[in-house]
Amino acid sequence: MPDADTHIEVRDLTLRYGSLLVQRDLNFTIRRGDVFVIMGGSGCGKSTLLKHMIGLEVPAEGEILIDGQDFFKARPREQKAMRRGWGISFQRGGLFSDLTLAENVAVPLHQYTDMPAGEMRDLIDFKLALVGLDGFGDYYPGEISGGMQKRAALARAIALDPELLFFDEPSAGLDPLSSQRLDELIVEIRDSMGGTVVIVTHELASIFSIATNAVFLDTGSKTQLDCGDPRHMLHHSDHELVRRFLSRGEYDSRDREGGS
Amino acid sequence: MAETGEGEPAGAGPDYSVEASGDTVLLELSGDWTGDDAGPGHEQLRDACLGQARSPRRWLLAAAEGFRWDSRTLARLYHLARAGEDRGIELDTTGLPEGMRTLLGVAHAVRAGEVESEPQPPPLARIGARWLRRYDAVLDFIAFIGDGMVALLRFASGRSHTRVRDLFYFIDQTGPRALGIVALISVLVGMILAYLGSVQLRQFGAEVYVANLVAVGMVREMGPLMTAVILAGRTGAAYAAQLGAMQANEEIDAVTTLGLSPMEYLVLPRLLALVLVMPLLVIFSDVVGLVGGALVASGMEVNFSQFLYQARDAVGLGDIATGLVKSVVFALLIATAGCQSGLMSGRSSAAVGTATTRAVVHAIVYLVAADAGLNILYDKMGV
Repeated sequence: MPDADTHIEVRDLTLRYGSLLVQRDLNFTIRRGDVFVIMGGSGCGKSTLLKHMIGLEVPAEGEILIDGQDFFKARPREQKAMRRGWGISFQRGGLFSDLTLAENVAVPLHQYTDMPAGEMRDLIDFKLALVGLDGFGDYYPGEISGGMQKRAALARAIALDPELLFFDEPSAGLDPLSSQRLDELIVEIRDSMGGTVVIVTHELASIFSIATNAVFLDTGSKTQLDCGDPRHMLHHSDHELVRRFLSRGEYDSRDREGGS
Repeated sequence: MAETGEGEPAGAGPDYSVEASGDTVLLELSGDWTGDDAGPGHEQLRDACLGQARSPRRWLLAAAEGFRWDSRTLARLYHLARAGEDRGIELDTTGLPEGMRTLLGVAHAVRAGEVESEPQPPPLARIGARWLRRYDAVLDFIAFIGDGMVALLRFASGRSHTRVRDLFYFIDQTGPRALGIVALISVLVGMILAYLGSVQLRQFGAEVYVANLVAVGMVREMGPLMTAVILAGRTGAAYAAQLGAMQANEEIDAVTTLGLSPMEYLVLPRLLALVLVMPLLVIFSDVVGLVGGALVASGMEVNFSQFLYQARDAVGLGDIATGLVKSVVFALLIATAGCQSGLMSGRSSAAVGTATTRAVVHAIVYLVAADAGLNILYDKMGV
């Protein structure tokens, strides 16, 4: 039931890579203002699901409605308008390695706005300061650390104040403190600017500290086992696997319970 | 996207008012700052604030009812705050919406020190440094060939990390898969030589000697050179791109830390494959070039068997040997240029592109230079 509160709705979604089935029968809703976590064990198709949500892969079956609109049925102009409202940070950052950090952040600004050069520079300075990279505008991605690259990718993702922020494994490769700092930053930006955040992660610390809503994908049965507030799922999920995942985070496929 | 004040009619443009009391300046923002006309820049706000009081201590920021903002507004306030900071003015944001205060706080929390830049050396020193780098590059190239030879000796003595499977893989990539393009280019070059020769020789009524021209031209010169140019573009570039991407992906680091030598593990199979395949490709190219020449000649009163008979007489074993020696030298140069620029590549995708370009350009320059050198040498030796 679509209402004003629903930001993204996933209906009967099946994901395939060629003939390989990744996930099927996915059904869940992301509310406006949610910090929504896509969780599950390694290789269950979390990142694949994200790639479908941001229009990089076409769903085999079913649909993903963003503000009631299916990206793949939209006309190119509408697609462009939809993309303008998205900020995306990829698993390995996705920074353009031949551009400096400041130039990276400038790419979406050039693409979608015609702001004067001076103001753009000020805005870029601010976005970099926001992610803690004040003074690093002239560095190339190859010259800074992995954690800094993640933050620079975030600065580029929030360049246009997106309504929808997608984040693939924000904490991969970061120490717990940096990872926590990044989580806090994502939430602070969401709280201050509004908007919805969709995060792919399997980090329990992140899931419990920032998620307001989540879906759990299973590798064995190739479908979602549960969705809702992870704190609720921790004790009340109908599936033992979900409870175990959330309580320990250890996901041993050998004693998996199977697709109950 | 932005905080909205309640109950205020939309449409009021961005505006602000400044008011001073004692050493405090109150800056009140109002209206919608999110539109295309995003209102005054931070320099204007700063000047307005500075113009108010003789020696302000504190800037007090506040928002009126109905104030709407986005991150462009924030960016201005951020720069305003920094301008204040530089003048020792304290900034009080308590009057701003909650979200703005949080983000301004975050942006300010981690103000790094200014990044120092190194002073530029004087122009003359820069020119000198550039030539020294060129000189180093030549030394590196020679050292690389030397390392390659050492690796080759180790391989011959059976003590190297080179995998024979890799060698066969690269032979397959370099040789059979290049036959099509080598055949096409060679047949065309043979035809070109035949046309060129027959037009000149016709003046002396010596058209049958077109076979000598094509045969000697292909075997001694065009066969090796054209094959080498094709392989420089096809294989040398591929080597540079593969190794460059491996460098970017930290695979070369992995090879080194696993105790393997990149020279033996990565370079030698590629180099050896090219050296083994190249002479065979050159012989193939010679034959196809002759056929191309014969096709053209047979249209010009020199029939096919006449052409082949004449060609057999013209080409001696020495000619074939000179061509093959060239092909081995060219193969070494192409593989070395490709592998070396791949291994020296930077770690970004742009750097991989640069490495590939450098591999092809260097290879072709080396090829032509070596060809000229070898021709002089052959002349002195009388072969």
